[in-house]
Amino acid sequence: MKEFGKYVMFLGSLFVRRESFGTYYKLTLEECMQVGIKSVSLVAFVAFFMGAVTTVQTAYNLVSPFVPRFIISQVVREMTILELAPTIIGVIYAGKVGSSIAGGLGTMRITEQIDALEVMGINSSSYLVLPKILASLLMYPLLVIIAGISSLVGGYLVGTLTGVITPNDYIYGIRINFNEYTITFALIKSYFFAFLISSISSFKGYYTHGGALEVGIASTAAVTASVIAVLLSNYFLAQLLL
Amino acid sequence: MIKIKNISKSFKEKVVLNSISGEFDKGKTNLIIGSSGTGKSVLLKCIVGLLQPDRGNVFYDLRNFTDADKEMKTEIRREIGMLFQGGALFDSKNVEQNVMFPLDILTKMPDSEKIDRVNFCLKRVGLENVNKKMPSEISGGMKKRVGIARAIVNNPNYLFCDEPNSGLDPQTAIVIDELIQEITKEFDITTVVVTHDMNSVMGIGEKVMFLYKGDKLWEGSKEDIVNSNVKELDDFVFTNKLMRGLKGK
Repeated sequence: MKEFGKYVMFLGSLFVRRESFGTYYKLTLEECMQVGIKSVSLVAFVAFFMGAVTTVQTAYNLVSPFVPRFIISQVVREMTILELAPTIIGVIYAGKVGSSIAGGLGTMRITEQIDALEVMGINSSSYLVLPKILASLLMYPLLVIIAGISSLVGGYLVGTLTGVITPNDYIYGIRINFNEYTITFALIKSYFFAFLISSISSFKGYYTHGGALEVGIASTAAVTASVIAVLLSNYFLAQLLL
Repeated sequence: MIKIKNISKSFKEKVVLNSISGEFDKGKTNLIIGSSGTGKSVLLKCIVGLLQPDRGNVFYDLRNFTDADKEMKTEIRREIGMLFQGGALFDSKNVEQNVMFPLDILTKMPDSEKIDRVNFCLKRVGLENVNKKMPSEISGGMKKRVGIARAIVNNPNYLFCDEPNSGLDPQTAIVIDELIQEITKEFDITTVVVTHDMNSVMGIGEKVMFLYKGDKLWEGSKEDIVNSNVKELDDFVFTNKLMRGLKGK
């Protein structure tokens, strides 16, 4: 509870003694490159194979001749949009971006760079962390959309090339009984996950004390706590919104 | 001038600073000395506001910094330049961007003026043609010089240096010490240096405060050190034969 209280106070500190809008604008764009653009290839790669594996494994489990083949792509669609794209990419995002945020801030802390900002009269938490959270809120939903498309394309290519489903069946399954709300739900989840991963990782990195060993520990703790938060919030959001 | 009054600081049960008072004069190089673990860096952090003292006050030219509101603290902090032990240069920025950083954030100066000011400060600390180098590409001594350039770029009224010559060879250490003293005189600022290097003390110590286990045991100039009757100070200063010879022991 003490740690949670400290986290809430840390979030509150992001909004006091802020710098100019121009400063945050520039920093947020730089962070968008770091957390978003540089993650696109990894996210697309992972999602492509998630879609491919889901297609093959769904086909493997559908042994009944009475079940139409387009069900395969329907299952792939639902799993991708509802779960794989926002949540599994969240775990990957925590591993890549969350650890990088915690490691970066932790290193800045132990090398006194954060103290240097404070001595200059700059609110270091706001200056360093707010752009990271804003960039995550902007970029993570885009990554989820890219992951969704990549996963469906992966499923299509592997499904049709291996002959487990025809192109027509795959497209038909993707389109039939499509509920647009699943996209809305995935995007709502992505905003929650983006906020949780970036803020928790920043919190863990910002309060690092000690040396290189502690920076490593902070990075690990950031990933662990972020993943737990993502999974817990995933459950509660599903209960709440579905 | 900076005045500290009854500064005390403890971490859990451990008393690190015990009611320290004193004054740091304008236009002088004021030194805080003492062995490792005596509370020098904690005192410095209390003075610049990186740590909140448990008791006592810090006054910057009669402005109470410790009890000031956030706006006043920010205002005073913007008059402070600080050189950190490891330089604390921002890894992601090159030398020019590091030195320009306070101007970018704290002023509305046009870019051309900022570049002129950065070049002036880099030249002042003896660094030229390194503007585009990254901190990882320069030596420890150069990092300290860049740190000094960054500390003075916004014309501070107060300059703080935490162990400015730690990790440097004796020759470079003396150059850095002399640079700090020259800048103090040139810009007529209040400089506070934390050190345990006796070369620094005897070189630039115009006013010296000696800390021992969290207490202030002695205060004076470098010339007074030789005649002090404080055993702990003698033990700290006259550790080798050469220094003991100076004292006539």
